[in-house]
Amino acid sequence: MSIVLEARHINKYFKKPVLFHVLKDINFQIKKGEFASIMGKSGCGKSTLLYILSTMDTDYEGELFLNNQLITNQSSEHLSVLRNKHIGFVFQFHYLLSEFTVFENVMLPAKKLGEKSLQEIEYDAYEKLKKLNIEHLAQKRASRISGGEKQRVAIARALINNPSIIMGDEPTGNLDSYNAENVFNIFKQLTDEQGLSLLIVTHDEDFANKTHRIIQMADGEIVV
Amino acid sequence: MVNWAVILNISKTHLLTKIKQTATAALGVTFGIGAYITLVCFMTGLNAMLDNLILNQTPHVHIYNEIKPSEKQPLTMYGNVKQSFSIVHSVKPKLSQKNIHNALPIITYLRNKKEVRGVLPQVKTQIFYIAGSIELGGNLTGINPLDEAGLFNLGDYIVEGSAEALQNTDNGILLGIGIAEKMALKIGDRVQVSPINGGVFPLKIVGFYQSGIADLDAVQSFTKIKTVQRILGRTNNYITDINVKMYDIEQAIPLSKKIEQQFKLTAVDIKTANAQFETGTKIRNLITYAVSITLLIVAGFGVYNILNMLIYEKMNDIAILKATGFSGKDVQLIFMSQAMIIGFVGGILGLLIGLGLVSIIDTIPFKTEALPTVETYPINLDPVFFVIGFSFAMISTFLAGYLPSKKARKIDPVKIIRGQ
Ligand SMILES: Nc1ncnc2c1ncn2[C@@H]1O[C@H](COP(=O)(O)OP(=O)(O)OP(=O)(O)O)[C@@H](O)[C@H]1O
Ligand SMILES: [Mg+2]
Repeated sequence: MSIVLEARHINKYFKKPVLFHVLKDINFQIKKGEFASIMGKSGCGKSTLLYILSTMDTDYEGELFLNNQLITNQSSEHLSVLRNKHIGFVFQFHYLLSEFTVFENVMLPAKKLGEKSLQEIEYDAYEKLKKLNIEHLAQKRASRISGGEKQRVAIARALINNPSIIMGDEPTGNLDSYNAENVFNIFKQLTDEQGLSLLIVTHDEDFANKTHRIIQMADGEIVV
Repeated sequence: MVNWAVILNISKTHLLTKIKQTATAALGVTFGIGAYITLVCFMTGLNAMLDNLILNQTPHVHIYNEIKPSEKQPLTMYGNVKQSFSIVHSVKPKLSQKNIHNALPIITYLRNKKEVRGVLPQVKTQIFYIAGSIELGGNLTGINPLDEAGLFNLGDYIVEGSAEALQNTDNGILLGIGIAEKMALKIGDRVQVSPINGGVFPLKIVGFYQSGIADLDAVQSFTKIKTVQRILGRTNNYITDINVKMYDIEQAIPLSKKIEQQFKLTAVDIKTANAQFETGTKIRNLITYAVSITLLIVAGFGVYNILNMLIYEKMNDIAILKATGFSGKDVQLIFMSQAMIIGFVGGILGLLIGLGLVSIIDTIPFKTEALPTVETYPINLDPVFFVIGFSFAMISTFLAGYLPSKKARKIDPVKIIRGQ
């Protein structure tokens, strides 16, 4: 099985207000089709790690590989292209462009990538929405749908460019158990059917237990 | 690679959802550009009118024989005092003739020069206008009426009658309007003039002359050269002034210098004669640009403010865009393009409003004694001003948009996402 994401000796310090060693020698790999979850106490550095893995935070020590290519110290221009094409990100809070329609939100990363024609993008976006059972919301303004719906729109957006890996920072944190279940099933389906890799930070024990692998963190270190 | 369609679509949505702020910012630019166009068209129109007032009437080179004391006093001819310091009291001008010696060959010489457009001889003299027992002092100038009309727009200053009428009438006179009013004369009447050395000559009034300068109109009249020469009892080579009009006004200075050296005459070029006039033009231009640039700076700050506010409100959007693969440059372009759209729309509207105001001003009646040919406020509609105005709008909004958009480029998405 090929390795999608690999972290080698990742260390991170916060220098303010006092020097704080937040991530300590993080090493792990995510294989293709793997559904991994990260658990750990609040404040142990899960989000910090995820921001580094998603290439948004470049202020760290160590090496990061995406599809076996070193992405540490790449230009920010190049990193944004990688992010656009290979990484889908789902936040705890549903981050959508509130003035755009659901449909436009989903299409935006594909339009930025510019590899497909507008018709293809529209078709893809519609397919993703259908898969998440929210195609009826397509023309609604993103600010006018419910939290659970927003979360699914964000997932559809993360999927639009068929990325190598989807990362989520407590994507079910704000959802009721029914919707959380629903999101889990969508993730599960994506790994099983399309061989998508997933790395999800969660506090939800039930959610984590159903994933392939749990990465347990404590005080900035991986313990299991 | 920049995906303009996506970037412009995002900025369009941002602008449309904040239509009030967008409109305010654009109106600032509109106001600035509109004011610039109005001011500059009006001011340069005024400048051109005043310039024409002077330039049309003023010869490019005026040649005459100035009465002045000799540079060399007889004492200096005397060799014995060469080494000593001498003082001459009560220097008087040399008694010499007023007319230009050898005027006719000089005229021919000047006419043959290719940079010269026209050469107009004149005979100036002082006379009295006689009405019953009253004698009014005045000037009578002998001219070639048709040439004067062609080269110096004499026709513009004839309020009744015409240059042709003067040309075709022997012993005709184009009377200053001030004199006509004082003496209650009308066209077809006869006026008697008397030169300083005596005699009375009746002349037939063929028209009235109004320069707009009341003092001048109360003394100045025109007649044909021949008529003046006859009144003065002189032959046809008696010419007191030669006026030259050039093709290129810049050539006036070298020509006047050359004439002074070659013919020992006084030759004054228009630039020297009207030096103070250009200062006025310069100052008016300075005011126009100072006011316009001030307005545009104010408009620029408006754009700057609104863009800053917009970026502050759109922090989340910026973080999302960056997280989903838009680069800092893309984000900067999104906000830059918003500034430029505001500048473009505001600028075009400003040009239209400026054009509208200018067209209105152009129809407002502006009647003044001083300018008989002017009917409405003068306007100079030069397309160059519109190009400059539009560039102004684009440049000022570009500068106003640059700093805020640069800030947006640098925003760290992690900070925003954490901040939620
Ligand atoms: N910008 C920052 N400057 C200094 N310290 C920070 C900063 N951001 C986070 N921290 C600290 O780093 C540690 C890890 O934060 P992080 O957000 O990664 O925790 P987490 O594991 O995601 O917690 P949670 O489960 O509550 O989301 C925390 O102790 C936090 O106080
Ligand atoms: Mg966290």
